[in-house]
Amino acid sequence: MTQSDMDATSPKYLRNKYAIVGVGETTYRRGSQESTRNLATWAINNALDDAGLEAADIDGMLSYSGNDSTMSPFVAGDLGIRLNFYMDVHGGGSSTEALIGIAMGVIEAGMCKTVAIFRSMNGYTQVRIGGTGARSAAPITGDQVHMRAYGWQSAGQMFAPTFLRHMYDYGTTSEQVAHVKMAHSKHASNNPKAFYKTRYTVEDVLNSRIICKPLHLLDCCVETDNATCIIVTRAERAKDMKQPLVQIRSVVGRCCKPRIDMHYQHGPISTVAGYYAKDILWPNAGVGPEEIDLTGSYDAFTFTTTLQLEDYGFCKKGEGGQYVSSGIIELGGKRPNNTSGGHLCEGYTHGMNMVIENVRQLRGNVDDSCPVGPNGKRQHTYDYREGGCRQVKDAELSANLGWAMPGTGSAMVMQRG
Amino acid sequence: MLQGDYLGMRLTIEDVDKENLAFFQHCAQGDFRLQKGKKSGLFRYPPTTACPWTRDREYEWVSVEGKGTVHSYAEVHHAIQPAFRAHVPYMILLIDLDTQKGQPSEHEALRVVGNLLTAAGDFAPPEMIKTVGIGTRVRMVFKTVSDGFALPHWTIDEAAEQPANPWRYPE
Repeated sequence: MTQSDMDATSPKYLRNKYAIVGVGETTYRRGSQESTRNLATWAINNALDDAGLEAADIDGMLSYSGNDSTMSPFVAGDLGIRLNFYMDVHGGGSSTEALIGIAMGVIEAGMCKTVAIFRSMNGYTQVRIGGTGARSAAPITGDQVHMRAYGWQSAGQMFAPTFLRHMYDYGTTSEQVAHVKMAHSKHASNNPKAFYKTRYTVEDVLNSRIICKPLHLLDCCVETDNATCIIVTRAERAKDMKQPLVQIRSVVGRCCKPRIDMHYQHGPISTVAGYYAKDILWPNAGVGPEEIDLTGSYDAFTFTTTLQLEDYGFCKKGEGGQYVSSGIIELGGKRPNNTSGGHLCEGYTHGMNMVIENVRQLRGNVDDSCPVGPNGKRQHTYDYREGGCRQVKDAELSANLGWAMPGTGSAMVMQRG
Repeated sequence: MLQGDYLGMRLTIEDVDKENLAFFQHCAQGDFRLQKGKKSGLFRYPPTTACPWTRDREYEWVSVEGKGTVHSYAEVHHAIQPAFRAHVPYMILLIDLDTQKGQPSEHEALRVVGNLLTAAGDFAPPEMIKTVGIGTRVRMVFKTVSDGFALPHWTIDEAAEQPANPWRYPE
């Protein structure tokens, strides 16, 4: 066995060898009046412009969807991209980091050079993410009878037993997790792209109506229409590109709890997939939670953010509620989470916007309302009052914690080059 | 094939889906049966094509007592599926069966899903929902979908000793 073969078995092999070189999105809207095909080409064009790349520079494409989008061949064809590799996979949350890992793998295998990953969805006007409309009307067959026949279908309904059991096991309160919405809404108020820019208080969340206990309306994410794109290539190639280098230190894709066919069979049910994913994420990254400057913990719900931060080790087991209500996760705090406003406020993208935001943060060039200097870069004030700055000062390391459901998660650590 | 309209929803189990077919057919006979792996001797839920502990594809259907304890739940106040709008609030219960609880490892259990119904098989009224939480003892009841097709559900076990204060989401 040669040395290089042995290195390939080492978890450190690809650390910092790949980079995200372009990010882009459409507007976050309700009522896009556009096909998912049109949204996809819009977002990819923005990512190409961001990266300073042309169609001919892209030869790989990945997307994910759940019978609600347009496949890569149509999107690539529209943009004049000739593909050496593409794959459209089924899935929602936790796909972002997983597909970034796949992109690294196929480039490493020599199958292509640069991959554009997109997620295009009319999550409000066509196939609603909350599950009303098309998703509820779909036939109920086979294994789904064990769930949907019981009115157990939407994400909130499916995750509620985990959230309630966490309250029971550890004394977590609705008041604690409401701080996640408060923080993310604060961040969104400094994000011109965010669908909801209104700042909310903890009381606003607790006073909003119950959807499915323990979830109030404002514990739940927004449904929007949008597309998003992330471009991945070798760090070596990225060095000559337009944007400051953002390297991938470690990635975990769709890491699961046991019995993922119905994960509740294997407890503790108040523990989520991050419990397993952390043992891949941190050793491969060569850093731990303490060294991370900002997080992107998936916020399908306030509880989702909380439980993941806890199981990835940002606090002790059971102390997620205290962690998110301590001020740490707010801009100006020690380790802000979802500085774009995330799924609770910016828009729903199945995880893409949280990675895009952290790429911009690590570039030090997040798109807030701070003035643009003569060098084309924003002159960040680090004044986080409403309508102001949302750049995290000296952001060097970020962690994204993607969520599909309590039993499945993905994650990624990125580093400023 | 099993097929029927349940609360206005069309439910279908295809013939090739042998495991689910047998499961729901047994339920229609008022008999809650689970697959017991030949090698492991362990039950599993919901139906699977192999034993999650031994990957053994051999099994037999064995009757299991439909009694257990609420492990956790969802209490829906805003229905997503149109079929459930007339039934809010409703509870989705996750029940630890007494059978095989804590086996083969401490945090494992046969956690069986169902709605909280009255003993007569109707959706539980709000005043009944308010009495049920983590720790409540329940027994299984069946609700017919169509000829030969029924769903397992749960109701309060009147004969069991109940906890003084089952844990509920604080009001």
